[in-house]
Amino acid sequence: MSDFTTDESGLKTQDYFINMGPQHPSTHGVLRLVLELDGEIIRRVIPHIGYIHRSIEKMCEHDSYRQIVHLTDRMDYLSSHMNNEGVCLLVENALELEVSDRVKVIRTIFAELTRLASHQLWWGVMGMDMGALTSFLYAFRDREMINDIFEKTCGARLTMNYSVPGGVMFDLHPDFVKDVKEFIAHFKTKLPEYDRLLSDNVIFRERTEGVGYLSKEDAINFAVTGPMARASGISNDIRKHKPYSAYDRVKFKEIVSDKGDTFTRYHARILEMWESMSIIEQLIDNIPEGEIQAKTKAVIKLPKGEYFQSVETARGELGIYCVSEGDKSPHRFKFRSPGFSNLMVLDHMARGSKIGDLVAMMSTIDLVVPDIDR
Amino acid sequence: MDNEKLKSLIESWEPTAEVTYEGIQHLTAVVAPEKLYALAEKLHGDKETQFDFLTCLSGVDYKEHMEVVYHLRCQATFSEMVLKVKIPTRTKPEVETVCTIWRAAEWHEREVFDLFGIVFLKHPDLRRILLTDDWVGYPLRKDYVDTVNIVSY
Repeated sequence: MSDFTTDESGLKTQDYFINMGPQHPSTHGVLRLVLELDGEIIRRVIPHIGYIHRSIEKMCEHDSYRQIVHLTDRMDYLSSHMNNEGVCLLVENALELEVSDRVKVIRTIFAELTRLASHQLWWGVMGMDMGALTSFLYAFRDREMINDIFEKTCGARLTMNYSVPGGVMFDLHPDFVKDVKEFIAHFKTKLPEYDRLLSDNVIFRERTEGVGYLSKEDAINFAVTGPMARASGISNDIRKHKPYSAYDRVKFKEIVSDKGDTFTRYHARILEMWESMSIIEQLIDNIPEGEIQAKTKAVIKLPKGEYFQSVETARGELGIYCVSEGDKSPHRFKFRSPGFSNLMVLDHMARGSKIGDLVAMMSTIDLVVPDIDR
Repeated sequence: MDNEKLKSLIESWEPTAEVTYEGIQHLTAVVAPEKLYALAEKLHGDKETQFDFLTCLSGVDYKEHMEVVYHLRCQATFSEMVLKVKIPTRTKPEVETVCTIWRAAEWHEREVFDLFGIVFLKHPDLRRILLTDDWVGYPLRKDYVDTVNIVSY
């Protein structure tokens, strides 16, 4: 606790601390922030994380590579497919295993559908954090269709485990193409509604524009990734810079803007949803025929060495660093989760702003706490 | 910049660094703990290398020694390399912090301290981050024993 200081009128003032969380609706999970306040002005934010740390990295050291895939969608459960894909790509690259075009395209469509579902949920809860319940209901109505598509093909709606090293677990459901097209047609009419409800709303804009500025230099210095970094003017989309799966054969815009405030971060994700739909549309009509799984040994052993694989999840760059000693389990398996670095910058961003703006800033970081705690 | 040139550049800055790139994914430079900070500062600040983005910072326990691995990236060109520091001891591993160079390292180093017990000298706020403050031991070390939470099978 800081000491009393005397202000110009001779009154003694003191900064005080309040706890936000660990059970706070806008922390989206168990995250505790200790706020150091001077009246309503934030002097410092001290995040306390680790409430749901499960030591997934330690578990990985005892698991086989096939089992590790299943652990990863318990991290960022909203980007579950991209997390699975990351591990699969790492294993495939290490084994120099070529997967079929069909698998690449299916994975890309699934990743973009997952991204859409994740951004929809984010949009819904962002509205709710700002005091509007309607957006939540709109978002969940549309997200339901994506979850149904996933359920038909792989049986699961959220933590899918659809990717396996060498391919995907099952072939697509016969209705897949039809359902996806229906969803895209539906969502194209609904996404402008999102804009009318929040993006063009005066109250919403007043609360987000110019709030929580993050400069390009700071974003690089703090290793911020994902839509959050791109709203600060950094071009770092892994899908563009280090294309994997079928991203090298589709055309899409990387949403970069240099304003760096909360509204820009919000808007970047809305625009990303349009790009995701465009990617799916380019692929959905020509899913190539082919094997859905390449032949792999029952027990996968990676050659001795070190591997690093990045994938672009809905939140940013998921980096996976693997040290293999040639056994069936890795010697070390490290996840560089996007949320971890993105949350760290909150203290820097929030200093000097009002406590009411903190919730808006946190919403555009798009926190998923299991991803941060691992 | 190609690997050959980067290698000679790193070796001109730090002759003791072991630089390899053949047959591996990224060019890797291994240095001793006391040489780390100066080399990291060069790699970050020099016009030719400009590794301004710290993608990942991980600890690795090799039973005889410990390593901290820095995955670096140049944001402008997207070129990447790996910097490693080899810490010969496991009893009192220490290395200087790089969070004055890349702020991103601050939490990553806290995590490595938390799970591996590697102390980052001059770190502004070196506390446990994921585990509780009263936790005993460093779970990601290979000799860590926890009969309650780790079930062997």
